[in-house]
Amino acid sequence: MKAVVIGCGRVGSAVAKGLLADGWDVTAVDESEDALMRLGSGWRGGFVVGHGMDATVLEQAGVPDADAAVVSTNGDNTNLVIGQVLQKRYGIGCVVVRVLDPARAEFYAERGLRTVCPTQTAISVLLDTVRATAPAPA
Amino acid sequence: MYVVVAGGGKVGANVTRTLLEMGHEVTMIEQRPDRFALLEEEFGPVVMRGDATEISVLERAGIARPPELLLAATGDDEDNLVISQIGKEGYGVPKAIARVNDPRNQAHFDLLGITQTICATTSVLGLVEHEVPEHGLVRLLELQKEGLEIVEVQIEKDSPVAGSRAGGLKLPGGSRLISVFRHGRTELVEPETVMRPGDQVLAIVSNDSALDLRRVLLGAPK
Repeated sequence: MKAVVIGCGRVGSAVAKGLLADGWDVTAVDESEDALMRLGSGWRGGFVVGHGMDATVLEQAGVPDADAAVVSTNGDNTNLVIGQVLQKRYGIGCVVVRVLDPARAEFYAERGLRTVCPTQTAISVLLDTVRATAPAPA
Repeated sequence: MYVVVAGGGKVGANVTRTLLEMGHEVTMIEQRPDRFALLEEEFGPVVMRGDATEISVLERAGIARPPELLLAATGDDEDNLVISQIGKEGYGVPKAIARVNDPRNQAHFDLLGITQTICATTSVLGLVEHEVPEHGLVRLLELQKEGLEIVEVQIEKDSPVAGSRAGGLKLPGGSRLISVFRHGRTELVEPETVMRPGDQVLAIVSNDSALDLRRVLLGAPK
């Protein structure tokens, strides 16, 4: 089973390593060659330097026969566009897209894109933690 | 008409100015503080500061009215795509025009249903092609929805069709010769029209057979 991770920063690199450990055949894509360092010296997956908007880069990373893709570059709109391209043009069944802005994450989730919003998660966890650990105001 | 212009660079600002002169109502959105300050001096309350890819900013600009036209003219293709999608799909904006900065991204716009696009680079390249006669085939107009284009071909002395009747040519499917321009006059192509060197032929052709048409009229590329 093949997975492609687009955007190999703190989040992307950790996801790539996790998927590799789960037994996936993983290729990571990042604009900067330095991102390879985040994957560690023992990295046995693939790595392609380039921008995820570039179809040549996507194809080099093996997107046409990927079963899953995670899109986590540092730009919400870039992620939203790449995620839709992976879903609609390459027909990847499992595409997960990181979107920091909760409103855009919800907008695209309603239209069939699997968006994950770390901001929304932080908001929920912070609120829940306060609610669980402090007495409710009188 | 009410128009929302996302992006107050040279394109956005000039379009806004012209639309205002024509008597239209416009809101222009600009994110960069220094550029916004400059625009505000000229445009006053017409320009609004914010990130036009944020739904709340678009709502403040009146996207929910909705405007008759949304122009996504920022310098970032991903932003223009997202702005157009939010406007069209989320708020029923009837017409969205997106600026394509990098022509390599055109396919993404087509794929995601943003069919009305403008790309300066592609336009300039079109003009360059027009000036380079050995290129042979000039794309004059692309009818994207129909999958057709109007092209111009100049018949050369060594073109395989020079001296042939139009009616006898084996043209690729989905193509028609429209007219020939010769000696300063344009004539419609009839079956008995004879192709002559120097003729400028206008043809309509489906997107995928333009190169086949070129091969029939001009032979294999040199």
